[in-house]
Amino acid sequence: MDLIIPTISQGLLWSILAIGVYLTFRVLDIADLTVEGSFPLGAAVAASMLVKGSDPFTAIVLAAIAGMLAGVVTGLLTTKLKIPALLAGILTMIALYSVNLRIMGKANLSLLQADTIFSRFSWISEEKQFVVLGVGFAVVLLISLLNYWFFGTEIGAAIRATGFNPHMIRANGVNTDVTVILGLLLSNGLVAVSGALVGQSNGFADVGMGVGTIVIGLASVIIGEVLFGTRSFWNCLLSVILGSIVYRIVIAVVLELGMPPNDLKLFTAILVALALAMPLIQSKMKSRKAVR
Amino acid sequence: MLQIDHISKTFNPGTITEKTALSGLSLHLPPGDFVTVIGGNGAGKSTLMNSIAGTFLVDNGSITIDGQNITKWPEHRRAKYIGRVFQDPMMGTAAGMMIEENLAIASRRGRTPSLRWSAPESNRTHFRELLASLDLGLENRLESKVGLLSGGQRQALTLLMATMANPKLLLLDEHTAALDPKTAEQVLRITTNIVESRHLTTLMITHNMRDALRCGNRLIMMHDGRIIIDISGEEKKHLTVKNLLQMFEKAAGSEMDNDSLLLS
Repeated sequence: MDLIIPTISQGLLWSILAIGVYLTFRVLDIADLTVEGSFPLGAAVAASMLVKGSDPFTAIVLAAIAGMLAGVVTGLLTTKLKIPALLAGILTMIALYSVNLRIMGKANLSLLQADTIFSRFSWISEEKQFVVLGVGFAVVLLISLLNYWFFGTEIGAAIRATGFNPHMIRANGVNTDVTVILGLLLSNGLVAVSGALVGQSNGFADVGMGVGTIVIGLASVIIGEVLFGTRSFWNCLLSVILGSIVYRIVIAVVLELGMPPNDLKLFTAILVALALAMPLIQSKMKSRKAVR
Repeated sequence: MLQIDHISKTFNPGTITEKTALSGLSLHLPPGDFVTVIGGNGAGKSTLMNSIAGTFLVDNGSITIDGQNITKWPEHRRAKYIGRVFQDPMMGTAAGMMIEENLAIASRRGRTPSLRWSAPESNRTHFRELLASLDLGLENRLESKVGLLSGGQRQALTLLMATMANPKLLLLDEHTAALDPKTAEQVLRITTNIVESRHLTTLMITHNMRDALRCGNRLIMMHDGRIIIDISGEEKKHLTVKNLLQMFEKAAGSEMDNDSLLLS
């Protein structure tokens, strides 16, 4: 029971990644694997700044900018060079592995001595878990409001329309190369912020911390959609955030029930595979019923 | 309004699937011309449309709209001048967005999107009036997602979207072909209403010879990437399907492939 607050806090910090994945996977209709590189990129940039004594806010903003640049690279690869989006993301992700090592100078950077966003807000509570919860909640709220505003603007509407129907939005005078790049930029900026926050909360940045993040993001998106609905954009944002928290709770529960932590990724992959296959399974069941 | 000079387009040049879709085609449309385009499968009708819209660039020749040479312009830039309705009712609208949002996007066609609110309430009265003019009961469904509409409703909405920002040229690519006869008739009636009341320069491809004869003031027939028949004014008014078939045989020098044109 004493795990509930840290679990929700982790869910909040990771929900920023989930929102990023939602922007590409659902809004743009692209499966973007850049995430696996931009998440540790955000952590690496923030951590290397923090160990040098940088201000945590500056570190997070720089992490966001680095993530955005990674998104732009994938965007240029897929729009200008016509590389399929999935492959473009993989290329950026692989490249970022080297980039992240260069940024940190080694595979793992400890933040135990450094001043982080959480130590900055330690006045919220004496217990660290409440500090993380408070900061996580504030950041997620701010990001949600910004996203809601942006995707209601003309540019945001053009990005959403690109995902639904690129023919339509081109016929209405919008350059879909630009909207795709913008979408990837925003998504990976958010993912990097998530990486920067998770790194600071864990107390270290690690070059391998991106492995499986796309699947975690997808799991959050799908769980959220199934449990909390997709009526409007605001509803979708909320669903994704809650989905991320539910995912963390599920993980905490199965670990508590004795599943070895090493099997976690296998468990998540199976969960996501099942969820993605759900529409097909449902229609199969329906047609079988109809035959009877 | 539209000036096309000697455009050619060959798909997959130098390969086994090489196909010359347009060979040195020229066409001039004065403002207000409503031209119907007919021709068999593979005649190059859709290639002509897509060349004008900029889906791809032509190999040779030039395309000018209202004095602007747009031959090398990308598709999205040409959209400022060109409104389009596709054959597939799914193509012209964003299914997951509300009717209101689709209209808002279309209302600023050709203008670079900004950070202003996309669908402000102040637009609603205007949008309702436009939708009411379709007479399909859509005026009270501004917040419905377009994916919930029928094919005919979506084509009518696309037509509205294609024309609301006053295009210099309207391209209709068999936009009633995917609809049932009754709905097709309804969409065609809305089309002629909009085009004629606003004197829009229009190019309409159709598979249906009767529609080609009764709509517009000019008719062109395509064959093998060229225009082989171009009839307008009084002469077009007195034309019959039988005349057309005879003219085609004479011009193309081959027996008409009846299967490729619907004579309904």
